[in-house]
Amino acid sequence: MSITVTSAERAAEPARRPARRGAGRGLRAPEGPAGWLFVSPMILVIGVFLVVPIFMALWVSFSDWNGQGSPFSASVNWVGTKNYANLITNPGLTQTDFMTSIRNNLYFVLIVVPLQTVLALILALILNAKRLKAKSFFRTAYYFPSVTSSVAISVVFLFLFSSSGAVNAGLNLVGVHGPNWFADPRGVFHIVLGGLGVNTDSPPSALTGHGVGGLSWWDWLSGPSVAMSAIIALVVWTTAGTFMLFFLAALQDIPVEVEEAAEVDGASAWQRFRNITLPLLRPTLFLVLTLGVIGTWQVFDQIYVMSQGAPGKTTLTPAYLSYDSSFTNFEWGQGSAIAFILFTLIVVLTLAQRRLLREKDGPSRRELRRRAKAAAKAPEPART
Amino acid sequence: MSQNHSYRKLAFASLAALAVTATAACGGEGFDSGSEVQASAAGPVQLKVLIASSGDAETKAVTDAAAAWAKTSGNTVTVTPATDIKQQLGQGLAAGTPPDVFYVDAGAFADYASVGALEPYGDTFAEKDNFYPALRQSFTYQNKLYCIPKDFSTLALEINTEAWSKAGLTEADIPTTWDQLKAVATKLTNSDQVGLAIGDTRDRVGAFMVEAGGWVTNPDATAVTADSPQNLEAVDYLKSLLAAGVAKYPKQLDSGWAGEAFGKQKAAMTIEGNWIRGAMKNDFPAVKYTVVPLPAGPKGPGTLSFTQCWGVATKSANHAAAVSLVAALTTEKAQLGFAESFGVMPSRQSAQAAYVAAFPDDKPFIEGVAYAQGPVNAPKINQVLTDFDTALQGLPKANSKEILTRLQTNASAVIGK
Repeated sequence: MSITVTSAERAAEPARRPARRGAGRGLRAPEGPAGWLFVSPMILVIGVFLVVPIFMALWVSFSDWNGQGSPFSASVNWVGTKNYANLITNPGLTQTDFMTSIRNNLYFVLIVVPLQTVLALILALILNAKRLKAKSFFRTAYYFPSVTSSVAISVVFLFLFSSSGAVNAGLNLVGVHGPNWFADPRGVFHIVLGGLGVNTDSPPSALTGHGVGGLSWWDWLSGPSVAMSAIIALVVWTTAGTFMLFFLAALQDIPVEVEEAAEVDGASAWQRFRNITLPLLRPTLFLVLTLGVIGTWQVFDQIYVMSQGAPGKTTLTPAYLSYDSSFTNFEWGQGSAIAFILFTLIVVLTLAQRRLLREKDGPSRRELRRRAKAAAKAPEPART
Repeated sequence: MSQNHSYRKLAFASLAALAVTATAACGGEGFDSGSEVQASAAGPVQLKVLIASSGDAETKAVTDAAAAWAKTSGNTVTVTPATDIKQQLGQGLAAGTPPDVFYVDAGAFADYASVGALEPYGDTFAEKDNFYPALRQSFTYQNKLYCIPKDFSTLALEINTEAWSKAGLTEADIPTTWDQLKAVATKLTNSDQVGLAIGDTRDRVGAFMVEAGGWVTNPDATAVTADSPQNLEAVDYLKSLLAAGVAKYPKQLDSGWAGEAFGKQKAAMTIEGNWIRGAMKNDFPAVKYTVVPLPAGPKGPGTLSFTQCWGVATKSANHAAAVSLVAALTTEKAQLGFAESFGVMPSRQSAQAAYVAAFPDDKPFIEGVAYAQGPVNAPKINQVLTDFDTALQGLPKANSKEILTRLQTNASAVIGK
């Protein structure tokens, strides 16, 4: 009995040991359970309203739930990856619609994120200038669009961009006949190509004959539609204010001495910005770009209020398509699958972005290892 | 380190416990789908009614009518106008607590019926045969009449009388065939206005398909007939109107819908439903116009009907009371009252004479129901039809045959299942 140590006892051994060590760990040990007690309301709230629903949605994305009653009832079946396959690999309308929404949103992200970041930075630099008067007025004015309800702003933009609205009236003054913004499904790149002499009515067959995901290359290359461009203008204008605040806070953190030292050294304003301000803003830039990418891939309210995917499906986005599949077609599995594909896409893009921006930040690990090796060989490493 | 471990374990344990309680809580409501329904509740009951209201007039009229029923029957009714009925109903149905009675649009009816959200009370409804057959067909799914039509609209041809006489046309020129329509549209087209403004969706273009003897599906929506020669003839006819420049889509006329182009006098004729009356009265009171039936196509007259029904939720605990409320809201008197207060047409055949007497100008609209086709009555078809709309917007450049072949393929994937 005493000789044979059962495997269960052996397995229990390491588990017991740390627990003992933990118990004898000074005065602060009893604070642990109390701490959990204090955070438990928050965990409860997050758990019930965030964590559990996410797992429920994950289950729904693998099921044929049609939105009637509980998704865990006996009548709901596991359908494997069918919902995902219909969106990505199985040819059909579902795939075409999903790919169209990805295309639309991709152009949206590619245009909105750089524009809003640059605009936010410019606004922040203006506000940070020493000579500017009435700073708080401008700060409020720039930030105002961000705190106003996006639905209200969307409705105002509908009026501004209507065929006889203020934007077209302004364009008329300079002799341009503006398009009927929210009814124009033509892709901007297609319009440009048409202007360059490409016959857009019967585009090159090399592009129309082949494609990926149910869309021809010609369709992929359409660019954002005229209608989407109006939404892009709206989103850039509303979010730039928020990101301006981020940049402004970072700018005010930059020590004045650094700037002054550069000035003494004879650096021009552009050199100071390029070589001092911008590198010091990199963490903020990363934050703004990341938040921008995440936010733009999830665009929903503006689409829901302004266009609902029209004209010609050119403002369809995955988030809106997810809503539409679920609430109109009762394809809740498909709607959830779209949400999870979108989630994966965002995570992958964010990680890629992080890697891209980090490598510039300093030497990579491999580089550090190489340097360490070199340092070990050479008695005196060159250091500046 | 070790402390972290045990805390992490604790955290997982509490999360797991949470998950279990949460799912149990959700299951408690939803597992017994439909079995808890009582045929008739004893004593006064509380009914919830969700309506997609067109405005204050409609909300008030329905609320008043429901309150009158509540008073005589001793029950209570709450009428809620929805901001987005699709989303609000979807939430109610998923939670297992839908409103007892709600509007169901004919275009979305099959989706609701196919998932079992609707109680099929229609077949046992007293006087159900009094409702127009075309409207009943719109709410029939798998040979069961699910709900009773509330009211309806049809399409007709509106003509600007001033532009008409200016072009030298008379009463005798009112078009009754496709050729005549094309001829007058050509005569009415000049530098200031186009002959005909027509909405760029299946909800307008479909009328031509019906007049040509075609439709997206067969009558009971069990087979797709989109690529039929009849449909091709209809789309080609529309294409010829657009190509000749005698008909235009609203967006080409800087308008949100065809009625707006008509009101702005950018078009001399349009094809719209009886809702155009309110719009003209409010926005363009100076424009004089007349309404005539749509010209007949190669296979005779045709139009489209749009209708909503009073849906009763399967999950409602008060079916009997709900149906009794629907009965009260669909009497001839109630329907004529609704017609008076917010301009809809009664769905009862017996109310037609009284309606025409009260609104003689609407005769072409209400008589259209005799040859009207309702929306495509099949579940999950909406996405396919939206795609069809997008293709129609490509006319006159687009190839009619390709449009219909695409519709055939996409619709077959949904209806063939």
